[in-house]
Amino acid sequence: MDNTHLLLAVSGTLFTLGLVGVIVRRNLLVMLMFLELMLNGVLLSLAVFTQLLGVEAGAVLMLLVFTVAAAEIAIAVPILLLLVRAGHTLDPGAYGGLKG
Amino acid sequence: MTAMNGMLTLLVLLPLAGFILNGVLGRRLGPVFVNGVGVGLPILAFLTALWAWRTLEAGGGVPIIETVFTWAVIGEHVFEVAFYLDRLSAVMALIVTGVGALIHIYSIGYMRGDEGYARYFAYLNLFLFFMLLLVLGRSLLVLFVGWEGVGLASYLLIGFWFQDVTKARAGRKAFITNRVGDAGFLLGMFLIFTTVGTLEMDRINEAFAGGLIPLGVATAVGILLFIGATGKSAQIPLHVWLPDAMAGPTPVSALIHAATMVTAGVYLVARMSGVYLEAPAASTLIAAIGVLTAFLAATIALVQTDIKKVLAYSTISQLGFMFLALGVGAYGVAVFHLFTHAFFKAALFLGAGSVIHALNGEQDIRRMGGLARRIPWTFGTFAVATAAIAGLPPLAGFFSKDAILWFALASGQGGAAWLWALGSLTALLTALYMFRLLWLVFLGRSRMEPETERHVHESPVTMTAVLVVLAFFSVIAGWFALPHYLEPLLPVPALRFDSALLHWAQIGFAVVLALLGLAAAAWLYQDGGRRGDEAWERFQRLHRMLAGKYFVDELYERTLQRPWRWLSDRIFLRLGDRVLIDGSLHGLAGLARWSAAVFARVQSGSLHWYAWMTLFGLVAVLIWVWRHV
Amino acid sequence: MSEANALNLLLFLPVIGGALLLLLPERRPDLVRGLSMLVLTAQLALAAWLYVQFEAGVSGLQFETRVPWIATWGVHYHIGLDGLNLLLVLLTAFLGPLVVAGAFTSITRDVKLFHGMVLFLQFTMLGTFLAQDLFLFYVFWEAMLIPMFLIIGIWGGERRIYATLKFFLYTAFGSILMLAAVVYLAFTVLSQDGSPSFAIADLHLLELAVPVQVLLLTGFALSFAIKVPMVPLHTWLPDAHVEAPTAGSVILAGVLLKMGTYGFLKLGFPLFPDAAQLATPLIMTLAVVSILYGAGLALVQDDIKKIIAYSSVSHLGYVMLGLVSYNLLGVQGAVIQMVSHGLVAGGLFLMVGMIYERCHSRDLAAYGGLAKLLPVYSVFFMLLTLAAIGLPTTSGFTGEFLVLLGAFDAAWPLFEQGRTYPLALASAAVLGIVLGALYMLRLVRRLLFGDARVPEAGGAELRDLNLREMSILAALVAAIFYIGLFPNDFLQKTEQAVIEYQERVLPARVEEGGP
Repeated sequence: MDNTHLLLAVSGTLFTLGLVGVIVRRNLLVMLMFLELMLNGVLLSLAVFTQLLGVEAGAVLMLLVFTVAAAEIAIAVPILLLLVRAGHTLDPGAYGGLKG
Repeated sequence: MTAMNGMLTLLVLLPLAGFILNGVLGRRLGPVFVNGVGVGLPILAFLTALWAWRTLEAGGGVPIIETVFTWAVIGEHVFEVAFYLDRLSAVMALIVTGVGALIHIYSIGYMRGDEGYARYFAYLNLFLFFMLLLVLGRSLLVLFVGWEGVGLASYLLIGFWFQDVTKARAGRKAFITNRVGDAGFLLGMFLIFTTVGTLEMDRINEAFAGGLIPLGVATAVGILLFIGATGKSAQIPLHVWLPDAMAGPTPVSALIHAATMVTAGVYLVARMSGVYLEAPAASTLIAAIGVLTAFLAATIALVQTDIKKVLAYSTISQLGFMFLALGVGAYGVAVFHLFTHAFFKAALFLGAGSVIHALNGEQDIRRMGGLARRIPWTFGTFAVATAAIAGLPPLAGFFSKDAILWFALASGQGGAAWLWALGSLTALLTALYMFRLLWLVFLGRSRMEPETERHVHESPVTMTAVLVVLAFFSVIAGWFALPHYLEPLLPVPALRFDSALLHWAQIGFAVVLALLGLAAAAWLYQDGGRRGDEAWERFQRLHRMLAGKYFVDELYERTLQRPWRWLSDRIFLRLGDRVLIDGSLHGLAGLARWSAAVFARVQSGSLHWYAWMTLFGLVAVLIWVWRHV
Repeated sequence: MSEANALNLLLFLPVIGGALLLLLPERRPDLVRGLSMLVLTAQLALAAWLYVQFEAGVSGLQFETRVPWIATWGVHYHIGLDGLNLLLVLLTAFLGPLVVAGAFTSITRDVKLFHGMVLFLQFTMLGTFLAQDLFLFYVFWEAMLIPMFLIIGIWGGERRIYATLKFFLYTAFGSILMLAAVVYLAFTVLSQDGSPSFAIADLHLLELAVPVQVLLLTGFALSFAIKVPMVPLHTWLPDAHVEAPTAGSVILAGVLLKMGTYGFLKLGFPLFPDAAQLATPLIMTLAVVSILYGAGLALVQDDIKKIIAYSSVSHLGYVMLGLVSYNLLGVQGAVIQMVSHGLVAGGLFLMVGMIYERCHSRDLAAYGGLAKLLPVYSVFFMLLTLAAIGLPTTSGFTGEFLVLLGAFDAAWPLFEQGRTYPLALASAAVLGIVLGALYMLRLVRRLLFGDARVPEAGGAELRDLNLREMSILAALVAAIFYIGLFPNDFLQKTEQAVIEYQERVLPARVEEGGP
């Protein structure tokens, strides 16, 4: 039981760390990494609950989310590259005009 | 008796064929073709009507019913197009085709050289077609088809010279005014249908004669149908269109607006006599409206200066007489007056047309005079017709008008002294304004423009021959005892007092009145109307009132037309559509746009701001979960 | 070919035509027009054949096809002809070729897309009429908006964006409410029968509490009333008409507006008879208000298209009045009036399009005396006017006469029970014939009569109608007079379905003791 609490605490910490990182850093690349950190925190809690409840579907879901996360990064990094090529900076404040 | 030999169908279709042929081919094939078709077919129609009448008489007057086709079957209700020939519709069909054919012949001369020659005959034939539908229809539905159709033909012919805006407007006014009446007619028809379950007039009369219809319903039906009749027959309060309708070619005024179409209302009431016998209140209303119309129209006719307008008001007045007869239950007598009136009024209008033709379009009687010797045929026939309408014995109008006045006094179905008195006064006025017209147009010194005077010429023989025929009938038409002929269909009302002495006194009095009118007109208007003008100067306000036609047009303009336009424009369009409906819609759209602008601020474009928002949201959710789960 | 497949072919002919259209080169507009014409003419021939084959006096659907579509939800592709949609299908097929023929010279931009849209529209409209499954009905109902939206938005006039938005928002608003009602109905079927079904025939069997019926009818009725349109939901119509190209106006007036009245006839009233009874006074009032209000507004317009647009509001008021009379006379009259209005208003819009093509103006004040300049045009305009004011022997008379007679026939017994309101309404509706004549004759007087003049733009090459235009109008006028003179064949074919409509709605009246 303790293990579960510990793992959930780690998951929460990872998520919070990620969120704080996204908020405080001003580098898009780093923000992206923190975003992944948040995702990993969530995934960890998913894994914990899957284990706890013994549902196979949870494992499948985790694999799915992993794939999606990988795909996200695969798309996000090239977009970032293109942005930098156009705006010559990694500061997100410079791209505020992209809002809808 | 049911005959299926197609005689009545043929009668109705002949003018329709004329309309189609002339309408489609007339312009291309020229006046000879137009005359052949446009005049030939109405004459054929008249011969067919004669044949139909002979057949009817050979069968002893038993109605001939000819079913053409079934228009609609809805549930147990069957709407058939069927023709019905009895003595009443036979008389009407003979008048319509007879006078109609004569006026077609007259038109050859009158309309010669007009740009729309073919169109004119096409319309005139169309009118005959619808008029025959009207008088021959067995059901109110067919009658209504004809009723609306003659209105259409009238609309087209009044606005025949459509490039003149006032003429086009007059046509529209006639149509709209008629439509007001038609709305009443329709309601009456619906009420009959709902209570009796059929629209066939012979069955309706039977049903009402059965006495099972409540008095209230019978009265309502009577009044509603009469509203229809006031529209078509130009009775108060829907009389305003007829004087304006004089904008059409004069033969049209003679045929449609004097001899036939305007008498449709009289025909309708006579045809529905079974209803009116059960509805004394409605009959009283008819008599009152009739005599009032007769009187008021006659007073207006006294001061009109346009030759056709005088005749138009005279027509309204004579129609009033017919309704007076209908109102006191003397249906046959009303048809009798309709019959005689068709001849002398057609003669008068065509005579007026001949005068206008001779004077090259002049219609103002103040610029006429002394025409008697220049156009003797026209004068002679006009004088005979004038005497006939004034009621001088032994001409046609004398017999029919006298019968009306007698029944107005003596009928057991609503005869009253005041009806008789006002009717007699109107008879005096009739003689006065008609002889005034005769004197101002034909007698005395010439007051014509010199330019006009030089061109005065008698009309061609196609026109004068028709005048002579009509004048001849204006003399003899009263010698047929039409009410007696129609008696099996239209019973003569019982008399309140059966006094031969009183009747003779009444006749003598009427003749005296007519002679009095003649004498007064002769004295007042013998010299270009100088004495008449002087006399009127003493009653200037009255004169203004009469010349302004009691300002009924202005009244309707102010109380109906303008308010409706105002309501449509200001309330419906500006307030309703633009402000209330579109306004609230635009308001909604504006609200959406405004709120969107407010919420758009939240989306600042700063990623950090979004991250903060996520954090706040997360914390809020957590707190909520903690408090509630 | 089995008979049911004939109906399927009728429905899918425009789709086939549209597919063929894609193969044609954009550079050859003549081929595009020819193909569309061919397809729609074939469709008309097929519709006429179906009409002739349709048996009168037989209850239920004919030429029926029913195959599962989305089986888990109980949705079927289910189409069929009955007396209620028969005439409207015929009307839609009849107007199709005329619309294409009318657009021969007026549409020169994106010809292929335009004809594709017309074919698409034809498909969806026929689908809406033929659908016997509520889901299918809803799909067609919504799909219909797309081509109409594009036709107005692409080939429309100056304020077309405003007009399309207004048109779209109005109709979409109605559709959302209808969707909610449809979903509710589906769930009710599921809970009552245990299996889902959207078949309209099944929905008729539902037992719904009166308050539920009222809510559902409100959802349907708002959607339908916007389409009709009934006052006060009508303001999209004049804008849409004015901005739409001629073809759009013709389809809009000719067929699209009938969707609303058909919806009431097929779904609204029969599905919720008790609620219909409760709503009758309101609907009757709105119908009569529409008649008078539309007539008043038509009188004060100076844009020719707006006059005719508002006259549509007035004329469809008669249809609604007939539908809520719940007797044979009134409902049969309403069915005829729907067809009649499609022909008359469609024809008038075509004629406005013809004069607009020549003179580039719709301003009434700019015209006068066309009877002199364009005699053939004027004759046709006059004939259509006569039908619009309901002169006997035209289809307008048949419709209006039966509707008014039916309304009166329904109102009189109530009057005898001491309820004057329905009778007063029926009588007020009769006044509509006066007001109708008022605005139409004003239009005729200003357009055809008076001094001859036209706007400058077209003065130089003003020519009367050509053979193509004359044929279009002649076909319309012939149909108008045919219905005016010999409506009986039509009436016989629709009667059975109308009797069933009446029976479905009327028993409720007996229980409720009158509306």
